[in-house]
Amino acid sequence: MAFKQITSPHAHAAQNTSRVMQLVIWATVPGLIALSINFGWGSLINVILAVVTALACEATIIKLRKRPVAFYLGDYSAALTAVLLGLALPPLAPWWVVVIGSMFSIVIAKHLYGGLGYNPFNPAMVGYVVLLISFPIPMTIWVTPLALLPEGVSHPGLAESLSIVFSGYSPADGVTGATPLDLFKHSSGLVVEQIYQNNPLFSQGMFAGVGWEWVNLGFLVGGIGLIAARIFTWHGPVAMLGAMTLMSLIFWDGGSSNSPGSPLMHLFSGATMMGAFFILTDPVSSAVSNRGRLIYGALIGVLVYLIRAWGNYPDAVAFAILLANFAAPFIDNYTLPRTYGHTDRRRATEKEED
Amino acid sequence: MTKTWVTPGGVHPPENKHQSVTMPIGHLPIPEKLLVQLSQHIGAPAKPCVTIGQIVLKGQKIAEAVGAVSVPMHAPTSGTISAIEDRPIAHSSGMSGPCIEITTDGQDLWIDHDPLTDYENASPEALLQIISEAGIAGMGGAGFPSAIKLNPGSRRPINTLIINATECEPYITADDSAIRERSAEIVEGIHILSRILGNPSKILIGIEDNKPEAIEALKPHVADTGISVVSFPTKYPSGGEKQLIYILTGQELPSATLPADAGMVCVNIGTTYAVKRAVVNGEPLISRVTTVTGDACGMNRNYETLIGTPVRHLLEHNEFNSDACSRLIMGGPMMGFSLSSANVPIVKTTNCILAPSYSEIPDDEPAQPCIRCGLCAEACPASLLPQQLYWYAQANDHDRLEAHNLFDCIECGACSYVCPSNIPLVQHYRHSKGDIVKVRQEKVVSDHARSRFEFRKQRMELAEQEKEAKRIARREASEKAKASAGKKTAPVDASNGSAAPASSSAADIIAAAQARAVSKQVSPEQQQAKFERSIAGAEMRVQMAAEKLAEADASLTQEQKNTLDAALEGAQQKLDQAQRRLEEHLEQHKELNEEQVK
Repeated sequence: MAFKQITSPHAHAAQNTSRVMQLVIWATVPGLIALSINFGWGSLINVILAVVTALACEATIIKLRKRPVAFYLGDYSAALTAVLLGLALPPLAPWWVVVIGSMFSIVIAKHLYGGLGYNPFNPAMVGYVVLLISFPIPMTIWVTPLALLPEGVSHPGLAESLSIVFSGYSPADGVTGATPLDLFKHSSGLVVEQIYQNNPLFSQGMFAGVGWEWVNLGFLVGGIGLIAARIFTWHGPVAMLGAMTLMSLIFWDGGSSNSPGSPLMHLFSGATMMGAFFILTDPVSSAVSNRGRLIYGALIGVLVYLIRAWGNYPDAVAFAILLANFAAPFIDNYTLPRTYGHTDRRRATEKEED
Repeated sequence: MTKTWVTPGGVHPPENKHQSVTMPIGHLPIPEKLLVQLSQHIGAPAKPCVTIGQIVLKGQKIAEAVGAVSVPMHAPTSGTISAIEDRPIAHSSGMSGPCIEITTDGQDLWIDHDPLTDYENASPEALLQIISEAGIAGMGGAGFPSAIKLNPGSRRPINTLIINATECEPYITADDSAIRERSAEIVEGIHILSRILGNPSKILIGIEDNKPEAIEALKPHVADTGISVVSFPTKYPSGGEKQLIYILTGQELPSATLPADAGMVCVNIGTTYAVKRAVVNGEPLISRVTTVTGDACGMNRNYETLIGTPVRHLLEHNEFNSDACSRLIMGGPMMGFSLSSANVPIVKTTNCILAPSYSEIPDDEPAQPCIRCGLCAEACPASLLPQQLYWYAQANDHDRLEAHNLFDCIECGACSYVCPSNIPLVQHYRHSKGDIVKVRQEKVVSDHARSRFEFRKQRMELAEQEKEAKRIARREASEKAKASAGKKTAPVDASNGSAAPASSSAADIIAAAQARAVSKQVSPEQQQAKFERSIAGAEMRVQMAAEKLAEADASLTQEQKNTLDAALEGAQQKLDQAQRRLEEHLEQHKELNEEQVK
């Protein structure tokens, strides 16, 4: 009788890539719930639309690449990319915005670079940035948080939301408005306290803008859950949030009219928490070592702050992450861990002496 | 409680050790045939010193160690040598290798063997000799000849002796059960090792805390001996030599050095028992404790197994169900290798035969792409970046692989164990290591060839220069001689005083040359004989060429014929020449004789 010849190790942990991806998708649920409560059905519609598009694109490309479709669709990576993109897009964005973004993420940013594991840039962020640059108007219209809607007005229902998304008719005035970061950008000449007092977005919020703070808290909870489940390490997120805190403290300026905002506002506004726990932790496009991820995370934190404070865009997570993606291989070269039995860390570019 | 240190990384696979320790170490009936593999250790294979048909007794040496790094083999029981040939051996490749087959006689008759009762008074050299003769090689897995490990030389004094009782691989309980039942003998073995190593100041038995019974069994025997039993949290791969040294001492072994370089020796606890049996009982290493486990075996148990027992024999006595068996593993589920056949023998390093069911160790799922999630880096006990190594292994980027310290990988398999994409990472590293070693060896060979070629070129140039120098010297000398000869013909009287020594020296030179010529001259008889020999040779060649031509006349092409014709003609010419020379010689000789007669 002959037995199978298989190399060691023979035992395997139960973890697999599909489960990792699914777990990350589940971890976005608190954020999605917060988005849905505060901004209506739009985000859920975005997510579903993006996922359907992404799976269709993924299947087509895998077919074209002559690979087993079911096997690769089963890794849930395309679904995760689409979920993240859907969450990042403004609720009630026109359907074609979501579809184009999702297609671009999967076809161009992922598969043209070689598919899962080979993309140098985070596909969801590539899709997002392409949309932001190509279609600035639909990409900057945000629904007003529930708490700020006038008496008797609520977010459009599911049916109405669908018709808004698919017919292209724009939502009623008052249902859309500026985000906290927009406000800060366009409130020059006012000291921070005045902005907070004048604007219900801040005056009715706890610390960083009504609705937005809940969304960020939702992603924070999901992210902490993933760290607890050992899906990724704390290094990247902590470095990014730490760097942002530090930057906003340094330039806080006591809340003068030149102040770009408080640390709390920066931490809990825009896409900060989603970026910190769901985008920069994308292992494919980030630095690999723990030390590398500290640097990578800190770089993103600094870039986000720089662009928010002095750049042209109110939010900057997508740009910061893409810029750091460029830097990741470089960071990797200089952040090898110290191996057992070696006194020093080595550089990846070292050559053996001849 | 002794302080221990915590290694980075590591994994916690299901231990599955309880199944095989429910019963004490068992004994199996002697199998009909034993197959003693000649290479069960690191180093040169042993050389058989028996012949087919020879009757051997238990413990009789059947193969000699070859060279410095090798161990001898002994007959595990009495019987007849029935074959010395290549058979499938216990090796990950499933290859065949030289083996000695013994058809057992069931008598189990021992050869005379002498115990050494007062080892306390024996010299370390004598003890090492016994260990070397007993064929003991490290029983933890690598199989390094123990006598060499225990003899690090006077330049490397040993201050720490570490006994590895970690047994961190899941399923295996060979050491555990041996400690439970044989702790007194094991400690005696440790005393012997301590004596050999010049009584190191620290003797530590490292053991994981999942073996409380074994720890308790050791305690009474180590009391007041200076030996400490150090237990530490269970984590794979704490039993790796480098890892264990760090856990127990907090010291890292510098890359590419041996424990002895740091004043330490690390020995598997099974080896200490073998050492005790060899020294105190005079028994060579002919059996060991092997765990037979896995759900495809109805019974899981440890056995004192004769070296050379076919794996099949162990399985058959443990209600083995081959249909339920997903693979057959020698060793543990993390570092063991799969066997293609159950006919391979148990060797000195076989601590476990694992026959798992499909639910325990299912067939591997197809590998998914690496997403560089970093779980492997978290699991790596050597703080490597397995995901980067994998990347560069695929790209065959040797520089990057070495910069990422590929050769510090101990192949423990923790990375592959945790990999969510089921990538056989260790397999990639083994392949790359093999590749790099090959390239290095080729480089050594080509460097050697290049330096030889360059040296030859230099030598030829030098010889040419020397020749040239000689030529110039000769020419100068002859010109000088000519010049001085010219002077001699000039009026001698005019410069009598100064010319006289010159002329006399010229005369001397001529005389010397004549003497040389005479001495070189062979006697005419000899010369004649030489000529006659060459004529005979030439005649034979002519004849042969002619014959060849005649023989193959018909079948030859014109071209071939031409060549043969030319050869014939050449031979003929040589013959003519030789004859002419002889004639000349004879004529000269005649003249000379006549002259002499005159």
